[in-house]
Amino acid sequence: MAVNFGTRRIVVGAHYGLRDWLGQRVTAALMAVFTAIVLAQVLTVQGELGYAQWAGIFAAQWMKLLTFVVVIALTYHVWVGMRDIWMDYVKSVAARLLLQVLSIVWLLGCAGWTLQVLWRL
Amino acid sequence: MTASAASVVQVRIEFLQNRERVQANQQTTESSPKEKTMKELDTSIRAKRPEFRNINAFSDLPNYRLPLAALVSILHRISGALMFLLLPFIIWMFDVSVSSEISYARFTSAFSQDTGMLPGWLLKLVALALIWAYLHHLIAGLRHLRMDMNHAAVSKESGKRSAAITLVLSIGLTLILGAKLFGAY
Repeated sequence: MAVNFGTRRIVVGAHYGLRDWLGQRVTAALMAVFTAIVLAQVLTVQGELGYAQWAGIFAAQWMKLLTFVVVIALTYHVWVGMRDIWMDYVKSVAARLLLQVLSIVWLLGCAGWTLQVLWRL
Repeated sequence: MTASAASVVQVRIEFLQNRERVQANQQTTESSPKEKTMKELDTSIRAKRPEFRNINAFSDLPNYRLPLAALVSILHRISGALMFLLLPFIIWMFDVSVSSEISYARFTSAFSQDTGMLPGWLLKLVALALIWAYLHHLIAGLRHLRMDMNHAAVSKESGKRSAAITLVLSIGLTLILGAKLFGAY
């Protein structure tokens, strides 16, 4: 374990642990349950899955809110995963910081787009 | 000499050579206390292990033994990264499919015919990759959760077994859903 404070502090070094470990698991479990819920609705459709049935699934208010929570959960889950990947393979602090910022921008953009689609219905 | 007798002799020879090396090391010029400890730990009565620094992706990595659990693990990371990169495409599919009747029809036809830019079969291949990525990531993730909650699951044999189940399930389901995607049923 290197010295990592004061002038030797690495900007994008580790200061995390149990919170993110648990957070990834909790968000994962939530998304697994969400998958089961969507799958159940898709599989119990009478006849062909046309537009009305498919859009109908996401039109219900409770479903929109659940999907909203899942989008937040996904953003956090992916962030922890990508942060770990950059941390493992990118040693240069400047490059890692840039990749982390780009990852966050990417994720937030995707989250915003999804919410826009959801609330257009 | 029988084979076992020969190997016993071999082990004895290595033991004597190692002991000689340990004694030679202990007589070298003084080093810091930390260096000394590390050296003592290093020169155990065993053949010296090869050390790898600066692992080269092309010359060293392909020569590593990759157990089943390790394969599942790196695929877990790769599938996650793949979904991260294709996230806008996933959301695009959601957007087009859910926005209106017309866009829904455009969505379903994009896979059978073409969009303006990409051929239908290419879209189907990308979708298949995403299907695999999601299935593998989900099932390997559930395997992680099981290992978190069940001490018996964290043994070498159990790890190998659950890794095999993960691969069979994820690839199997990918093939089944892929067949549906490509119109087999």
